[in-house]
This record gives sequence, C-alpha cells and structure tokens, in this order.
Amino acid sequence: MVKSRQLGQVAVTMRFFGENLSCIRGERLVFSELDFAIEPGAALVLTGSNGSGKTSLLRVMAGLTRPSAGQLGWQDGPITDDPETHHSRLHYVGHLDALKPVLSVRENLATWSHLHGGPDKKITSALKKLRLEGFENIPGRYLSAGQRRRLSLARLVASDAPLWLLDEPTIALDAPSVDAVRSLIAEHRRNGGMAVIATNVDLGIADTSELNLLDFAAANEDIWEGVT
Amino acid sequence: MIQQYANPARFNRLAKTLMPWFAWPAGILIVTGLYFALFNSPPDYQQGDTVRIMYVHVPAAWMALFVYTSMAISSAVGLIWKHPLAHLSAQAAAPIGACFTFICLLTGSLWGKPMWGTWWVWDARLTSVLILFFLYLGFMALHNAFDDPARGERSAAILAIIGFINVPIIKFSVDWWNTLHQPASVVKMSGPAIHSSMLYPLFMMAIGFTLYFGALLLLRMKTLMLVRRACGMSMAQLHQQAAE
Amino acid sequence: MKALTLILGREIRLALRQIGDSAIIVLFFVLAAVLFPFGVGPEPNMLARMAPGGVWVTALLAAMLSFERLFTPDYEDGSLEQLALGPAPLEMVALAKAAAHWLTTGLPLMIAAPLIAVLYRLPDAGYGALLITMALGTPTISLIGTIGAALTLGSRRGGVLLSLLVIPLIVPVLIFGTAAIDAAIGGFPVRQHLMLMGGFLLGALVLTPLATAAALCQALE
Repeated sequence: MVKSRQLGQVAVTMRFFGENLSCIRGERLVFSELDFAIEPGAALVLTGSNGSGKTSLLRVMAGLTRPSAGQLGWQDGPITDDPETHHSRLHYVGHLDALKPVLSVRENLATWSHLHGGPDKKITSALKKLRLEGFENIPGRYLSAGQRRRLSLARLVASDAPLWLLDEPTIALDAPSVDAVRSLIAEHRRNGGMAVIATNVDLGIADTSELNLLDFAAANEDIWEGVT
Repeated sequence: MIQQYANPARFNRLAKTLMPWFAWPAGILIVTGLYFALFNSPPDYQQGDTVRIMYVHVPAAWMALFVYTSMAISSAVGLIWKHPLAHLSAQAAAPIGACFTFICLLTGSLWGKPMWGTWWVWDARLTSVLILFFLYLGFMALHNAFDDPARGERSAAILAIIGFINVPIIKFSVDWWNTLHQPASVVKMSGPAIHSSMLYPLFMMAIGFTLYFGALLLLRMKTLMLVRRACGMSMAQLHQQAAE
Repeated sequence: MKALTLILGREIRLALRQIGDSAIIVLFFVLAAVLFPFGVGPEPNMLARMAPGGVWVTALLAAMLSFERLFTPDYEDGSLEQLALGPAPLEMVALAKAAAHWLTTGLPLMIAAPLIAVLYRLPDAGYGALLITMALGTPTISLIGTIGAALTLGSRRGGVLLSLLVIPLIVPVLIFGTAAIDAAIGGFPVRQHLMLMGGFLLGALVLTPLATAAALCQALE
C-alpha cells in the first residue's frame, strides 16, 4: 500500500497482494518470504514442481489456510480484518469438484451460485459457456470426470467475483473445453477481473506474469533447530 | 517468525537448566512423603491402615484436575497465538494426566473394597473422575487420529477447551444424579478435620507429584520435539532431492 | 440469514434425496431398543422401571451413528471448502448443519421414542415428560454432535473416535432427561429438570457453533 502511494498511483481501484508470506505444511517450510501483487485485468500463473506449494499458496490466497507469517491485502487493507468480505469477492476452483451425486447439474450449480447471490439466468448461461446445455437435469453421479470439472468451473461465471483462484483448471478437460476455459479467463480479464492460476501445463494464456514457487522454497530450513 | 523458530532452542536450554530442579526435589519429597505416609502417620480411627491409600489417591486426584487444566490452558495458548510449544506441552501432558487419573481410579477402587465392600461404587466423585479419564483418552485418541500431526494437535486442542468448559457441568450433573439415586448409602469423606500428622505427608506427596509432573513434562516435550524434528528433516531432505 | 436458509434448504434437499440414511438411524434405534427386553427379560415392572433410561440411551447411541455423515461427504467432495468460502461465517454454517441434523435425525428419533416407550410399558404419566425432554435434549445432542463430527473430520477412525469424544460431553443431557421422566412418573415436579435441560440447550446454541466453526476452520487448513 505504501508503495503505490509513493509511486503516485491514485486510480488503483483494486489490488490484491501478499507480503512476506510463508507457509508450513507437514513439518516443512514450503515457501517463505513470498511477495506477490496482482491488479485488474492481470493474470498470475503459479508454476513449480509437485510439492512446491502451488496449492498451498492458492489456499492461503483464498483465506482457507492462514499463512505462518506475512499477510494478504486487498486495495490497502489487510484481509484478515474481514474474511467474509474477502470470500465474497473470490471464486476458488480447487482439486475437488464440490458436486453432490444426488443433485442434478442445475441444482448443483444453483447451490453455489445462490449462496454468492447469483441470479438464475446466469446459471443457464454459465452452463452454456461450459458446454453443459442439455445436461441440466442429469444427476451429478452420471457425469464423467471432464464434465464434473466443467460444472465446477461453471461456478466462476454463474455469479460475479473479481478474483479467480484456479488450481489446475484444465485437468481432465478435452481440447474444446480447454479453449472454452481460456476464453472465459480472457473475458474475465477484459472486464477487469483478476486470475491466479496454478498449473504445470502451458495454458496458452496471453500476457501473464509468472511466479515460480521454487524461487521461494526454503532451503532445508529446520523448524525445530537447536533441539538436541 | 524468527522468534517462533528460535523458541525451541531456547526451550531446550531452559529445560536443561530446570530439569534437576524438578527431578531431585520430586524424588526426595515423594520418598519422604511415602515414608511418613506408610510408617510415620497414625492409622485412621475408623478406617485403620487402609487410610494410607489416601496419600496416593488424593494427590493423584488433584493432579488429574491440575494436569487437565494445564492442558486446556496450553491448548488455548496454542490456538490463539499459534505457539508450537504450547501444543507440544498439551500433547506431552495428556498421557501423564491420564496416568494420574488412572492411579486415582485404581487406588479409589482398592480403597473402596475394604471400605464399601465392593470394588466400584457409583460415587459422585469416582464417576466424575471416570468421565475425566474418558476425556483424557478422547484427547489422546484424537491427537493420534490424523496423518498430519499439526491437524491432530489443533483438533485435540479444541477438544481440551470444550472438555474444560464441560467438566464443571458434568461434575454438577453427576453430583445431582448421585444424590438422587444413592441417598447416603455411601460413606462420605467429610469426616472430622484432618490431623496435621496426616496433612504434612499429604502435602509432601502433592508437591512431589507436581514437581514429578513438571520433570516428566519437560522430558516428554523434548522427546516429542526430537521426533518432530527428525520427521521434518527427512521430509525436507526428500523435497530437496526431488528439486535437484 | 439468507445464507442460513439457503444452506438449510440444501441440507434438507440432500437428506430427502437420501432418505434411507435417516431411516436407517431410526431403524437402528428401534432394533437396539428391542434388544433390551431380550437382555433383561420380559417382566413388565422391570421394563417399566428401565423405560426412561432405555429409550434415552438407545436414542443417544442411534444419534452417535448419524454424526459421522454430518460433514464427511462435504469434506471429501470439496463442498465444505465452498461453504467456508461463501458469504456466511462458518458459525452460521455450523448452526445450519446442526439444525438440519436435528430435522433429519433428532426429530425422527423424537417421534419414534413414544413408540419404543409403549414397547417398554412406560407408565402413562411419563409420556409428556418423555416428549418434552426429547424436544429439549435432541437439539442439544445435535449441536454437541456437530463439534465431534467437525473435530474428527478426515481422521483415520472417524465413527468410533467421534463416539468416544461426544459421549462424555452428553452425560448431563442423559442424566436430566431420564430424571425428568422418572420424576413425572413418581408424581414429582419436573420443572427444575426441564429448566436445566433448556439451559443446556441455550448454552449449546451459543457455544457449540463457535467450537464447530473453529474445528471446521482447521480441518480445512
């Protein structure tokens, strides 16, 4: 926040940033002293090998995990002050699909969309954008892995949120669906949205900044140092 | 963050210094206390020599409550300030407290046989301690039920605090239940004021038990830290190898 | 508040689609209760004497079986993450979950309880107290059970561990629940017992969502 004032940027409407973040998982310091910042229309791609902490960082960004140190901020205030407000401005699509096998495709999507205050007509268009029209009344248990993934991604467009946090969004998707996701992200950015995408494959998204988690890996740091 | 990492080392030094100050007096107090309790205190005019069980039973009961309280406090500290040593101290204290509780139940039962003619009486006090024992077991079981140790310690910490709030309610309910179902069929301990020749060894034992708990707690915390350190180091090594 | 009704609606819709899950709990209640006479003999006075305790204990055991499914499916399929990321605080989610659990499990148990009491030949004077204690006690148990369910999420031995944690905590409900019925049968006033049970319910209503939310929060970390 201090930085942007020093630079004299007055018209920054939204900015999502993290300062000096570190995260401990399973007795191990996964990353430390990590800074990032993202502004409207931008996309941040998280890379790094398995176990480098991409998912951990996304969960920290979503507020699901508290960082071991450092803090997240929105515009110029820390988000810890008001987690519910932070939650209302983001969509998180993780490894799990959050689908109920006994609910129909439409009911599944409506559950989350209504919770975020999305209108009914957006549900129809969201299903269409993810090539799920015609599946509305199929129970969730009959969907294939790719279809489940698409339904999960449909949450992004069924209600509005400026920040998208996507964890390997294209896993299990066929080529036309990957194109659909790419154009969704592009449209979101054109409308001033932000996206953070953790991926190990090149999604072919134009004009992104990259954050390699391996650059912040803590070199064999011993949390219990000095205990003998 | 630095303070958080430096703490284990500082604790390690502190534990080394404190250890003899706990361990030696604990040993001396318990041995002298036991001598007075077994050989140099008067038998009870009603209960005879069986009253000597009291010198272990009563301090064990005090410790059962004291350790649970300490566990609940360190759990709260661990949850609020995310202090890793606080969770560790709760984890280390639980089996010690459970042992004291078990000793209390066992000696209570041994005492009950000659006094009440039966090994177990649904006496309000014994029943409450039994439930406290279950709370200890629940804490330990929950602590060990997760693959991620950090998850186990936080879950168990929440349970310890809930249990702490619940103990008085349970105690109240059991007291009430007991008076309803067992009117005055039980010999109550509230006899005449206890004589000082019995009181001194009792206090010696109580302080001895407390110091013994302190020594054991330090020892167990150190052991647990070493286990965690070994686990963390091998994980870090694996990840470094994978990265290279 | 809107979020609360939305989550509650979702829970009830899910429960209705899987009505068998609730039905099997009630079935267990009936079966376990039927076991008692086989154990203690069919002597009517004996059965009537143990009726209040028998109904309450078997209802509690049946409830124990239901808690494991309270959060586990949502935890495993990622719905819990999405609920946590919704606009409602986790305390609200916990409260909605407890309310849904009561509607789909506590209420059916409460309806089945007088039928079991008939099998045990509970004296007529006890039925009113049985229903009122059930009405006050089952929501308390749903609330305390949500804590246990949240604490054991993702653990290796969920169900048994959950019972180990929850049973000591619900002893007071059992004590006053049966005592009130006993008092009613004996012609004594039951107001004091019911006030205490009401007090437990209010206390649980205020405190358990906080504990459950804390437990859920760290289950998601």
